[in-house]
Amino acid sequence: MSKGKVPHQLMVLSVIAVAVIAGFFVMRAYLTPKSFGKYGHYRADAIDDVRNLPVSYAGVNVCASCHEEVFQKKAKGFHRGVTCEVCHGPAAAHAEDNSIKPEAPRQRGGCPLCHNYNPARPTGFPQIITAEHNPGKPCMTCHNPHDPVPPTTPEDCGVCHRSIAAQKLVSKHSSVECTTCHQVPKQHFVNPRLNRVGKPTNNEACGNCHGSDVKTQPQVPKVETAKHAGRYLCWECHYPHSPENTP
Amino acid sequence: MSMDMNDPMEKGPKRVGRRKFLDLVFKAMPAAGITLGTCGLSISSLRGEEEKKLEPPSEKNSYAMAVDIHKCIGCGRCAYACKKENKVPEDPHTVRTWVERYVIPVEGEALVDSPNGGIDGFPELPETKNILKSFFVPKLCNHCANPPCVQVCPVGATFQTKDGVILVDEKYCVGCRYCIQACPYGARYMHPVKHVADKCTFCYHRIAKGLVPACVEVCPTQARVFGDLNRQSSPIRRFLRFNAIKALKQELNTRPKVFYANADLEVR
Repeated sequence: MSKGKVPHQLMVLSVIAVAVIAGFFVMRAYLTPKSFGKYGHYRADAIDDVRNLPVSYAGVNVCASCHEEVFQKKAKGFHRGVTCEVCHGPAAAHAEDNSIKPEAPRQRGGCPLCHNYNPARPTGFPQIITAEHNPGKPCMTCHNPHDPVPPTTPEDCGVCHRSIAAQKLVSKHSSVECTTCHQVPKQHFVNPRLNRVGKPTNNEACGNCHGSDVKTQPQVPKVETAKHAGRYLCWECHYPHSPENTP
Repeated sequence: MSMDMNDPMEKGPKRVGRRKFLDLVFKAMPAAGITLGTCGLSISSLRGEEEKKLEPPSEKNSYAMAVDIHKCIGCGRCAYACKKENKVPEDPHTVRTWVERYVIPVEGEALVDSPNGGIDGFPELPETKNILKSFFVPKLCNHCANPPCVQVCPVGATFQTKDGVILVDEKYCVGCRYCIQACPYGARYMHPVKHVADKCTFCYHRIAKGLVPACVEVCPTQARVFGDLNRQSSPIRRFLRFNAIKALKQELNTRPKVFYANADLEVR
């Protein structure tokens, strides 16, 4: 073998290697989607694939552009924050073509989704026990869903504050009226959010019954208000709606 | 242009010999091809613009969502609307957003449940004694600024757009489920029909049209807030400023872009 001559085997191998590498680049150019890598390691056209998907929920502005009357009425009521499509379902198809009617839940099914009693719901949110609240009657017979108000002004605190009332009823404080501790403005029954109820601010509120210097019935536990609590407020240790049985 | 060049050649055969004529024709062919090709391309791109008219996503926007847990009533309308809007199959385990109920006892571990994503409401608790508190937490993809799901995708089928939304390219996904495993929030699922990974897109098709995501649109108590973090007047900027904010599993350095107000320590 003369010096400097490339062996035959190496030539064959290098030709195969070049062919494989060239084949890789050709196949990569052929198989990689055009927009791949335009913005990053992904197919840029996928963004527009997602963005061009059809919309099902038209949005409240589209509803209001035709149903102005309902919109005005709803804007003043408690349901002002509830958009149309919450109850009526997706309505983009209806906005395009009037012959397609959106859902209108007239039976009892719809309202309890939000208003059935559930202890995990925030306090003060209006709730009913569906099985006990006029069973079988559609909600619409008494309440207008576009402007819902209780048909009669509630007289009892427990109608709205059910969990607190239930707790108090079986506690030592069952005979204590709500108004003994809370200052309830009359307007609170009509417009509760704007007319808040007053809460006790100092230990005197409990001391009125439980203070050692007060003449109440002997079974009412007595403490020296100033000494017993120190700088703490009574309700930081005792829950007034359900005080503990043993002192 | 090329046609004009060809015409005089064909009209004057006496002056141009056969060899020269053929040479000119062969030279003109690629030019004609390029011109026709570019014409065709420009027409198709014009058609495309008529259909889309969408600007590419830019870093000027940074979309995010916030949830006020004190306002959530657990009605599950968000999860329902999400399924309707995005045509998600009605299977209890395929949800893009869902509502969890947390029940925290006086002692012991918190109970968390979400039957069918909360769409059909929540069953009564078997035991109501010794419950300290209970509340609802809506969950969805956190659209992390540092997303683990994007890092693990072997084919580049899931990605982060420049405006901060994590999307899935369903034509490119091979369905290996790495991203489903990698997501610490359990926000991804396998689409039972398409056999690709699927997840919340912040309703990317809606925000491109100036609408809010479907879950935000239908939330009856405005517990969900959506907006652009880079815009001063955006509702989310106000929300983040006036509430004590928590994000989920921040210790994982995912930098989530779904924020929670009034969240309990147990929420994660």
